[in-house]
Amino acid sequence: MRAPRPKVAIAAVAVAALAVAGCAESDRGDSGASQKDTLVFGVAGDPKVLDPSLASDGESLRVARQVFETLVRPEEGGTKITPGLAESWTPDATGTVWTFKLRSGVKFHDGTDFNAEAVCVNFNRWYNAKGLMQSPDVTPYWQDVMGGFAANERKDLPESLFKSCTAKDATTVDLAFSRVSSKIPAALMLPSFSIHSPKALEQYQASTIGGSADNIQYPSYAMEHPTGTGPFKFKSWDVANKTLTLERNEEYSGAQKAKLKTLIFKTISDENARKQALRSGDIQGYDLVGPADVEPLKNEGFNMLTRPAFNVLYLAMNQTGGNPKLADIRVRQAIAHALNRQALVDSKLPPGAKVATQFMPDTVEGWNPQVPTYDYNVEKAKQLLAEAGASNLTLRFHYPTEVTRPYMPNPKDLFELLSADLQAVGIKIQPIPLKWTPDYLNATGTGTAHDLHFLGWTGDYGDGYNFIGTFFDRPKPEWGFNNQALFDLFKKADTTADAAARYELYKELNTEIMKFLPGVPISHSPPAIVFGKDVTGVKASPLTDERFATAEFKS
Amino acid sequence: MFRFIVRRLLQLIPALFGLSILLFIWLHRLPGGPETAILGERGTPEMRAAIRDNLGLDEPILVQYGRFMQRMFRLDLGTSISTKREVTTEFLQRFPGTVELAVTALIIAIAVGIPLGYLAARRRGRLLDHVSVAGSLIGVCIPVFFLAYVLKAIFAENLHLFPASGRQDPTIDATRITNFFVLDGLLTREWDAAADALWHLVLPGLALASIPLAIIVRITRASVLEVLGEDFVRTAEAKGLTERVVRRRHVLRNAMLPVATTIGLLTGGLLSGAVLTETVFAFSGIGAFIADSISQRDYPVLMGFIMIIAVLFVLVNLLVDLSYSLIDPRVRVR
Repeated sequence: MRAPRPKVAIAAVAVAALAVAGCAESDRGDSGASQKDTLVFGVAGDPKVLDPSLASDGESLRVARQVFETLVRPEEGGTKITPGLAESWTPDATGTVWTFKLRSGVKFHDGTDFNAEAVCVNFNRWYNAKGLMQSPDVTPYWQDVMGGFAANERKDLPESLFKSCTAKDATTVDLAFSRVSSKIPAALMLPSFSIHSPKALEQYQASTIGGSADNIQYPSYAMEHPTGTGPFKFKSWDVANKTLTLERNEEYSGAQKAKLKTLIFKTISDENARKQALRSGDIQGYDLVGPADVEPLKNEGFNMLTRPAFNVLYLAMNQTGGNPKLADIRVRQAIAHALNRQALVDSKLPPGAKVATQFMPDTVEGWNPQVPTYDYNVEKAKQLLAEAGASNLTLRFHYPTEVTRPYMPNPKDLFELLSADLQAVGIKIQPIPLKWTPDYLNATGTGTAHDLHFLGWTGDYGDGYNFIGTFFDRPKPEWGFNNQALFDLFKKADTTADAAARYELYKELNTEIMKFLPGVPISHSPPAIVFGKDVTGVKASPLTDERFATAEFKS
Repeated sequence: MFRFIVRRLLQLIPALFGLSILLFIWLHRLPGGPETAILGERGTPEMRAAIRDNLGLDEPILVQYGRFMQRMFRLDLGTSISTKREVTTEFLQRFPGTVELAVTALIIAIAVGIPLGYLAARRRGRLLDHVSVAGSLIGVCIPVFFLAYVLKAIFAENLHLFPASGRQDPTIDATRITNFFVLDGLLTREWDAAADALWHLVLPGLALASIPLAIIVRITRASVLEVLGEDFVRTAEAKGLTERVVRRRHVLRNAMLPVATTIGLLTGGLLSGAVLTETVFAFSGIGAFIADSISQRDYPVLMGFIMIIAVLFVLVNLLVDLSYSLIDPRVRVR
């Protein structure tokens, strides 16, 4: 005889489960009304730090862009400089002192006033950084743009580009630089130059980095108390639940207050999981959409935004890494002619992608419509190889695995197409797949024994130097060449005060680079960002400077 | 009993010491370093060198190990290179998630697996038996991440019954005490927070439970079948004891010993299975974090987490050993 108990137990469990289900279900239903002013946005990684002066990763900067403002900012949806906290800016005759006229009536989230004095407190904080604040992983963008500090503590640091800040009156501030540079004022659009509340900086000891060099500990300001002037205020960062919550700044003095009451960034590192979370309603938008998902999600009615391409994918040819034949210009030209880049763009890149003729996209000033180009021509490639005595060329071709980048959605496919093109002209390919981090980045960055590899770049701000200068303004192991004439031309361009004249020099540089052909620019890809079917108001930005303040739910 | 526990704990010291040396050498011998992950494609040679210098990575490995051990003696596990938070903090924030997930999976596996295995054995050769044996075979064979995707596609994406990601709805303003979200909800009487956290555990819990469930069904079935054939069962039945008494006192109790051992071993497996489940469900636990830390070469996190897990693993197995004596008094620990 069997006792009836199991049945009772099963029934009890079922009832309990239904009760919990009903409870959770009603929660979700109840919050439906208030969800209309709360947006949960899926991001690929946790932010690292909330003080953008100490950040270089995209997720930290995405948060910073909502909480902080900079003196100048990129136009919405573009790269040109427009007013931010400064209404206007002009250089003096020498081009080394820039005067900024500031917006008045602006308050920080802690209620204190924004003024010229506050700007100087911020610049002096960066410039006078000491100890661990000079570590390159702590202040990466300052060092990238300004070079060094008031008192450099490392021998390899150059003289600082920034020299001094003078508050002339409450709304006028002078920034003086040690020389003319192409980076000013464009680089001041970077979130790393966000203006913080001087009171909060002091209160939470923003510049006191604890620990030791191998054990850096950020101050509480950088982890819990970011205080800016932006349309959103920081509310909480729930690391255990991987969510960061911002709330509307009710006192915002800018043109328009945020339409959302609450903005939540939720970390979902897996791309597929982000897509599923959007479809299931967990989140109402996400970034880094896989190129294969763009069309399907669009067809399902999701609000798919395509960013103007502000990146470049290139094939690098390392002239001293391994095969000495790559130092022969004819071999490099042969490789350029061997690649069917149009076919690659058509078949493997998202809609809107373009073949690149040079190492910068055409939205950047200095792009040159008349650079030397290398059309797809198998015969010519074979002929050039024969002339160079390189008909039996074998090249080691590095490519990354387990990664997608905005400029490079599917590296393995790209590798297969490119190597098939090269093999078609008689080049033997030795494939070397490596895991993106750290193996691939390490191998390509240190130049160890590789001939070909592909990599790319997404611009930080709208200046040509940020593209071509990053690659070619000095010897780098990635390319393995030493072309002093080219480096000198870069120096001239960087120190030319007159913007128009500088853009002409960029054009000349683009021509020279494509003549010298250190690598083959392949494509510019438009990355996509998606929102829920009822979310509107966000404009896609080539700089990933999307402003959530304008986001709203269609009623 | 007390001496047994102390002896087992003392054995931990040389084991951990050996593990730390092996791990340290292995990790630091891997090509590339954290500077590459920090800088991404932006790394200039000068920036790389400066970071390596800062982190002390160019010093002899013995010196680096010495520094690590010095910190260990102060019970300081250092700071994560990638998140800049203390390793201990990172662990305390993420480990509860993994434990919640593993415990959910284990409860599902035990609550379903033992009765099912027992019933299958009692009805050997009948439909239920065939179904459970075939089902458990499938359960072992299906990769956890695949099952996770299928569950999510059906119950989250299409039916919208369960959430597809995370540990708790981010719009719920929950108080955190222990970082065990369900427990926190109960402690603070935030019932909706607790229910929501529980709700988030269902799908990943089911996915993670699939393999242990299948194994428990099979082991229980085999073990019960073996016990059913023993003389003492026949004797008990012959004495005229009711079926319930025979089942509880004689069959189940004797059959549970191998099942308990298996559950102990499965607990370790749950941690590794959690890596995949956590990634698929964007569940904030240690599994996904360790996987990230390996590619980032985040040495302090890897050293710290693996050392803590090793200690916990030994402790769990110690508990399993102790539980033997409760299940079967004949097994006395000495």
